[in-house]
Amino acid sequence: MRHRKTVKKLGVKKNHRQAMMRNMVVSLLDHGRITTTHARAKVLKSLADKMITLGKNDTVFSRRVAGKTIQNRETLKKLFHQIAPEFADRNGGYTRIIRAGIRRGDNAALSMVELVNYEPKVAESDEKEKKSEEKKK
Amino acid sequence: MSLPKRRHSHTRGAKRRTHWKLNKPNLTNCPNCSQKKLSHHVCPHCGHYDGRRVILESKLKS
Repeated sequence: MRHRKTVKKLGVKKNHRQAMMRNMVVSLLDHGRITTTHARAKVLKSLADKMITLGKNDTVFSRRVAGKTIQNRETLKKLFHQIAPEFADRNGGYTRIIRAGIRRGDNAALSMVELVNYEPKVAESDEKEKKSEEKKK
Repeated sequence: MSLPKRRHSHTRGAKRRTHWKLNKPNLTNCPNCSQKKLSHHVCPHCGHYDGRRVILESKLKS
C-alpha cells in the first residue's frame, strides 16, 4: 500500500529520479530558468526552494546538507554567495512555475521553472522586437 | 483460446466508436495580443504572461 507516501515517482526508479532532480536543481540555479514537464517542475520547485532556504544560513553544516543535492562545487558556491543573499528578505516562494504549452511528440504539458528574480535578457529582445516592428511597417 | 462466436458487423464497430470524440481545448483571449491561448499558460504568440514579457521574441517559435 502506498498510504501516506507522498513521493512523486515520475515513472522512474529512485536512483534515476534522485539523479535527475539533482541535475535539474543545478541547472535551475545555474541558468535561472529551465523548461521541463509540468509534473517534474512541481517536484523541482519544492526541492529548489529547500536548497535556497539552506543557502540563507551559511554554515559548514548547511553547506554539507545542500551539497548532498547540489553536487557541483561552483553551483554550491553560487547558491551561498550570490543566489541566497538576494532572497534574504523573502520567506519561501523563491521559484515560480509558468505553464508553457504542450510538447510536440508526446503531448506532455510543459512548464518553465524560474527563480522569482529571473529576468530574460532584455537588450537582445528589444533589438529583435524593434527589427520585427520595422518589418511590419 | 476464446474466439468470437459470431461475425462482428461494420455497423456494430462504428456504433461503438461513436463515443470516440476529441475535446476542444478551452481557449481564452490573450490580454496582451488578444489572440487565442490556453488559459493559465504563456501566450505562444506574444510570449506574455501575468502582465509581463516572459519569452523573448528570439525564443518564440514561428
